[in-house]
Formats: sequence, C-alpha cells, structure tokens
Amino acid sequence: MTKDKSEYLIERYNNVYEVVIGLEVHAQVTSNSKLFSSSSTKFGAEPNTQVSLVDAAFPGMLPVINEFCVKQAIKTGIGLKAQINKRSVFDRKNYFYADLPQGYQISQFKYPIVGEGKVVLDMPNGQKEVGIERLHLEQDAGKSIHDIDPQNTLVDLNRSGVALMEIVSKPDLRSPDEVSAYIKKLRSIMRYLGTCDGNMQEGSLRADVNVSVRLKDSTELGTRCEIKNVNSIKFMQMAIDYEANRQVDLIEEGKSIDQETRLFDTKKNETRSMRSKEDAHDYRYFPDPDLLPLEVNDEFIDNLKKDIPELPDDKKKRFIDEFKVSPYEATILVSDIDTAKYFEEVVAKMGKNKDIKLAVNWITGELFAVLNNKNLEISQSPISAKNLAKLVNLIKNGTISGKIAKTIFELMMDGDKDPQIIVEEKGLKQESDPKALEALIDKIIDDNREKAIEYKNGKEKLFGFFVGQAMKVSGGKANPQLINEILKKKL
Amino acid sequence: MSNITTQSLTSLVDNIKNKELSSEEVTKAFIDRSEKSKELNSYISEDFSNAIDKARRFDQNPNFDLKLPGIPMAVKDLFCTENVRTTAGSKILENFVPTYESTVTQNIWNEGAILLGKLNCDEFAMGSSNETSYYGNVQNPIDKGLVPGGSSGGSAAAVSGQLTPITIGTDTGGSIRQPASFTGTVGLKPTYGSCSRYGIVAFASSLDQAGPMAQNVKDCALLQEVISTYDKKDSTSIDFKRNEYSKELNKDIRGKKIGIPKEYRVDGMPKEIEDLWQKGIQYAKDCGAEIIDISLPNTSYALPTYYIVAPAEASSNLARYDGVKYGFRAKGENLIDMYEKTRSEGFGAEVQRRIMIGTYVLSSGYYDAYYLKAQKVRKLIKNDFDEAYKQVDAILTPSTPSSAFKIGEKKDDPVSMYLNDIFTVPVNLAGLPGISIPAGHDAAGYPLGLQIIGKAFKEQEILDVAYAMEEKIDFKNKITDWWIK
Repeated sequence: MTKDKSEYLIERYNNVYEVVIGLEVHAQVTSNSKLFSSSSTKFGAEPNTQVSLVDAAFPGMLPVINEFCVKQAIKTGIGLKAQINKRSVFDRKNYFYADLPQGYQISQFKYPIVGEGKVVLDMPNGQKEVGIERLHLEQDAGKSIHDIDPQNTLVDLNRSGVALMEIVSKPDLRSPDEVSAYIKKLRSIMRYLGTCDGNMQEGSLRADVNVSVRLKDSTELGTRCEIKNVNSIKFMQMAIDYEANRQVDLIEEGKSIDQETRLFDTKKNETRSMRSKEDAHDYRYFPDPDLLPLEVNDEFIDNLKKDIPELPDDKKKRFIDEFKVSPYEATILVSDIDTAKYFEEVVAKMGKNKDIKLAVNWITGELFAVLNNKNLEISQSPISAKNLAKLVNLIKNGTISGKIAKTIFELMMDGDKDPQIIVEEKGLKQESDPKALEALIDKIIDDNREKAIEYKNGKEKLFGFFVGQAMKVSGGKANPQLINEILKKKL
Repeated sequence: MSNITTQSLTSLVDNIKNKELSSEEVTKAFIDRSEKSKELNSYISEDFSNAIDKARRFDQNPNFDLKLPGIPMAVKDLFCTENVRTTAGSKILENFVPTYESTVTQNIWNEGAILLGKLNCDEFAMGSSNETSYYGNVQNPIDKGLVPGGSSGGSAAAVSGQLTPITIGTDTGGSIRQPASFTGTVGLKPTYGSCSRYGIVAFASSLDQAGPMAQNVKDCALLQEVISTYDKKDSTSIDFKRNEYSKELNKDIRGKKIGIPKEYRVDGMPKEIEDLWQKGIQYAKDCGAEIIDISLPNTSYALPTYYIVAPAEASSNLARYDGVKYGFRAKGENLIDMYEKTRSEGFGAEVQRRIMIGTYVLSSGYYDAYYLKAQKVRKLIKNDFDEAYKQVDAILTPSTPSSAFKIGEKKDDPVSMYLNDIFTVPVNLAGLPGISIPAGHDAAGYPLGLQIIGKAFKEQEILDVAYAMEEKIDFKNKITDWWIK
C-alpha cells in the first residue's frame, strides 16, 4: 500500500484506518433582526434586553418570517452552487429546555430551503470537492447560565430566535486539515456574500462534527459519533484526532462503536459520551401550523443572483489570469474578502507602471507579519492600500531601495503616513546619479586599495564587500543596481 | 329604559346613536344583570369599574361614526387583553396579565366597544361543555344544571342570559357553534384566515378561528365585519376582500342551491334532530332555495382525524407553559421535576389527556400512521367539500347531534363528549365558514341549532341564508331568569 504523505491515516499493527467526517455547521445569519421577530440581534447586549413577546413565547404570539433572512439563506445557497428549493417548510422540533421558551425550535426538517451543493477546497496536494447535503434555516435557542448564581440557573433570551443556517456537508472530509480548510472556505464564501460574519468567538459559527473510521479502501461507512457544538477550528481538529483514535482503539480491541452524541472537553482534550442513541430525543417534528410553506419564485431568486459578488474561486481564477500571480498567492489573497479587497485596491492605486509581484510580496510578507503581530484584521490595517501602493511604486521607480522601504514601512505605521512625504522629510531618496555614485565608489576603491588588488587577482568574493561599503557610506541610499554596474566597471 | 339587556346589538347601537341611551346606561345595565347572574359563573374576570369609566369617557366625547359606539362587551378568556388577566380557563395562567392586546379584541375596541370582562371557557378551549374550566362549570341560562356547551360556554351563556349584548368566541372543532346551538343563540365560525389569531391563546393553530356570537344574525354580521381584518402579525391571515357583512345582508336567497349531505344522518341520531333538519330543509325551501342531496363521503373520518390533528398541535402549542417564564410554577428538585410538577398541577385532566394523545401521534414510529395519515384524510375531507360546492352554494346540517345535556352527564366519557362535535369538526378541518342558528326546541324545551356551511370566504352567503331562514323560523328563546333571585 502506498501512502501519500498528505493523507491522514491511523495505523495499528497491520491495519490502516481512514477517518470519515461530516460537518453540521451552524452559521448565524447576518441580519439586524431575528428570524421570526423584529428584536435586535446585536452581540454583547445586557441579558434579556433584546427579547420580544414572540422570542419569549408569550401566549398567542405568532412567528412572522423575516424576508431578509430568507434572502441571506438563498444567497448562501447560490454561493455553495446549490439547488435552491422554491418551496420549503418550517417544522417544529419539540423538546423541553429552560432556554427554549416555545418548547420547540422552528427549523426545517423534510423540506429545507437549499439542497445539494458543493465547496472546493485548496489542499496542498490539489483541489478537493466537498459535497453539501443541504442548508436550512432555524432559530437559535437562548442561553442557560449556570455559574452566576449558586442556587439557580439564569436564562438569557437575547439569542432566542436569532436566525441560523445549518449547513450539512456530505461525509466527504478525511482529515482534521480538510475540516480546517472546509470551515475556512465556508466562512470565506459567507463573508464574501455578507450572509454570516463567521465570528467563532461570538458563536456566529459552530459545528457538530460527525466522525467515523473504517479500514482504508473500504467503501462502507463505520458507526459514527457526533461531537456536539464545537466552536473553534482548533478544537474541531483536536476533537477529531481524539475521537478517531478512540474509535480505532475500540475496533482493534474487538469492541463495537456505539452511535452516540459526544462532547469535546477542551481542558482534558478528550470527547465524552453525552447521550446514547437510545436516549436520543424524539423531537416529534411536524410542520409548524403557524407558518405557511415558504414559497419563492424564479424572479426572487434571479434578483438575488444579481446581488452575488465575485466569489473566492472565481476571484482566484481572475487574479491568476489578470495579475499573473501564482495559484498559491492567489489562494492566500482571496481567502478573506478584505484581503482581496485590499490587494485589488493596492493594484488599482499603483497606476500604469505597476509591479504586482512586488505588491503581493509586500502584502503577504511585511504587512501580514505586522497584522499578525498586532493581532489585527486587514480591515484594521495601520497602512492603507493607497499608501502601500505608493511605497511599492517608490521601489519600482527606483526612488528608494527595498532596504530603505522597510525603514519607511515602519515609519508609515504611525498614523498611515504617506511614504513619499517620509522620503522627502527624512531625505531617504535613493542616490541614482551616476556621477555622484562614481565619485563615491572612486573614494571607496581608493581607501581600500589592497582589497581592490586582491579582487582583481581573482578573489571575487570581495565584490560584496565593496557593495556593502558603498551602501554604508551612502547611508543605504545608493541605488544598488547602479552600484553594481559602476563597481564592475571600476574594479 | 328598563329593557336594555333584552335589546339586540343593532337596536342598542341605534339607541346610543340617537342619544336615547348613553353608553353608561347601557354598560351599567349589563353590569347590573351580570352582578345578579353570578350563579351562571359566566365570568372568570370582571372589569366592571373600568368599563363604567370607559363608558363615561365615551359619553363625554362620543364618536357615533364607530360601528360599536360605547357598546359594552365581555369576551372569551382566550383572547389576550392588555392589563386584564387572561387565563384560558387554566390554573397555569391563573395570574397571567398580558401586556398586549389580541388583534380581534383591538379591532373591537377600535370601533368603540368597551370591555366588561373575560368569559369562562373550557381549559385552553378543550371541551364541549365548559366543564374542563379550572374556574368551574357554567350554567346554561336555559335551565339549571344544564351545560352551555363548549368551549365558548361562558360566552354562549353570557349572550343567551343577556349579560353581554354580543361576544366573541373561538372555534377549533365547534366551540362557537355547539354552545350557540345549546343556548339558542347565533354563532359564526369564519373561514380560516379571516380573523387574526394574534393574541389568542393557541389550542390547535391550523384549526383555531375567532368568531362572533350574538342573539341574531344581523348582530352576528355586524360583529364579524368588525373583527375580520387582514393582519400581518398572523402568517395564516388571508388578505381577501371582506364584505360589509351587516350592510350587505340580504334576505333574498331565492334560487340559492343548498346541499343536504346524506352522511350527516348518523347512527343513533335522535329523531328530534332528524325532524329539526327536515324542518330546516322546509324553511330553506320556503325561502326560495333549491335543495340538492349531496355526498361528503369522508365525513365519518372527520372526528378521528380531528382528534389526531388538534391534540398534535396542542401538545406542541402548550409546551410553552413550563413554569419558566410566566404563569404557574410548582417547586421542583431540578428542572425536570419542576416541569413535571408545574404541568401536572397546572393543567387539568382533559388538557393532559390531549397533550398525551398529541405527543403520542407525533412520536417517531407513530407519526406516519397517525399524524401523516390524518393530514391526508384532512385533505380528502376538504376535497369532499370542494366537490360538493361545484353543485351547491351552501350546505345545511344540524349543528349538534343532541340538545344540551346535564352537567356531569358526559364528564367521565370523553368519547361521548367528543361526539358532540361530529357535525362541526369537518368544517374546521376544511377551513370553511359555518354558522349555527337556533331553529327549534326539543321535547324538554331546550334549543336546537341548524348549521349552514359555506364556501371559503363566503361568509356573506351563509349569513344571508341564515338571515332569511331566521325570519321564517322565528325562534324565541325561553329564558326564565331562573338564576336571578
């Protein structure tokens, strides 16, 4: 058996197992108001300040669908290249819990608003397509808080009724890395569409992870366990790694795997049984009689299609074609909509005589390093696209050297300063006058006669010494290309 | 004027507009009679002193352009009323005071009416005799010890006993028409989607419909005109052209085709009901209508279908009464224990029975056999009516298979109780309008009603038929005021 290095396989003695993963991602719909009420969805408000009579399930209150949330779900479906169902049905999922005021969650069970679609992942060894099973709309529950009052559980209903999209993948994922790439791609698409901000810290994106294992090259699926409500990519990866190994160990011991719901304990880095299949809730799904089936027509969908921006895959293709960037660079540039926007703005501001390759290097190099260091999003970049474009142009047209550019870059961060002004204020303009440089080099050769002779006698390594001297004497401002040319001539 | 409470709504409106009567006089007259009628137990909550204040305010600054100018009115306690306790006849909402108003009652107040109080009903509208109310039985003004029907029993008794000139009830399987029939009054169940369900404590969402209850067809038409509005707050509300039902009321029904469904001649139906029906057919003929025999072949499946669909929806609708947010809460060891105790102590036996039936029929493994099948049969029942309406304009049936029974008579026999709704339930399942009008008396002198079922959104048509037949029938309710000492 040949083993591709990028494959995630678990080996025990003579057996090699592969892991089969499917995700149910819960993505909060970007919307000012909730799925069936007009309450605000703003994050971080005082508990129970964003709760309508509908959200708190007062007697006689009725849900009314928020059209904007429907549009958001359909746009997401279009972004996932999925079937949009012109007729979908809201069902009630019945269970009792203190933070579920209605005693049921309004969801879509049999007839979701979006059907099968796909997401393409860029993996190190090529592209991988992951199938989307469905996307449906549902309400979020409230939040039970157990650790404020020693005697009581407190309930915050601010989240109650907030619109979620549950995006169910097919069991197409095979490794923690693929899961990471899938979540990132999904998030990227939704951020491009403006349908989910993808903020995992605020709980806007969480996933239930279905994991099973099987002998490599087997085609049958193993018994799966569902790990509930994991809210970071890192935890998803850790949970899968633990769970897959746990399952393999059980099989190797000749035991069977129970289909069950498990929780990931982030402190102990292990999954734990939450409830078995026998204890699974009977949710008694049935169509919500308070809501008519949701029907949309072609015109409604077509109008939404007009609103769909260029999505990451298309953008990547265009960047490669139009800007001649490498596929690797293009992937990085399009992964986040704000990065792509920043890049395109830099390109636009560079004008006619532009060096895109250089711009890409500066964005993915210096700029990313700074953002990473300061823990900033590119939308919060201390250096605007306009000024970065100017900086790249200054290098390109020979006004400054790459080395000086790094100094200027540092200075630019203080209030997004214009690099042109810094160059002028600090006198950092590159010395490109051949006569001045010749004089400078003459003096260096004169001061280092012995080394000049050694060079002539074949010690070619000394060429670098002279370049260094020239840069040093000029305060780094000497045009390196001209220095090279003149030195070659004079030595 | 000493006979205020015997007047019809229409004449009270005229008298107030002509300044023959003030709103205060009228309001006080109904309050006075209500005070003397405690034995009927029609009210759960009274709001009399506020009512008098409102009446005085109306008189100080009257607006006679309104449809219900200064008219006092009590309503079923299933409608949420702002700042007035709303119990749905249940212990679990004993202390519940809404901060909001149902659309239907708001429409009524907007037309100048004044709330007298909240009327007794079966718990969460589940019952056909008003005996499931946590707040006790309602006496039928017709005779002591007689049920007024249900679930809008307090409403029917209040209209019949003249404690309110008109009222509103809700009808999920017959809860307006059956008590109207038992008390010698008129009750209309409008087309599903005609009256907003916003702010009405839900029983079975796909069946619930508010409607007017009155002493005569014209009053009923006027109230329907007020309460039926399109409402964006109810996703099942339908935006159709609503008539000015009272103004457009027309006795001339010559040439109307009225269907007589043979399947409504059920086994064991008392002869007096059959006789009443025959009399009704004759009245319709006398009005110039054409009688046509029709078939509604799936009628016998209506009751079992109803008793799957309604409890299924109810089991889910009533899940919100869990002791967490509002209403009654029992102390418990933990969350589950609190739920169990709250719901065991807070709900009465009939409500618990229906929650259990509903939970069962929705359970995995049973869903297809019960709920899904019931939904299919429901469609067949609707198809039956659609077919029939290709031939006829309206359908005439008895309202109930018997007259009012004694309190306690059927209390321990739920199936016999459920059979009360046999003629009314198919109408709810099909979402159609139906009206019950008093049409005669049985041997004991108890009233009997006839039901006219219409096409969807054709309330005007059945009101017209009822209006024409009402004149021919010339029914006189025998109210002896036995309860007034």
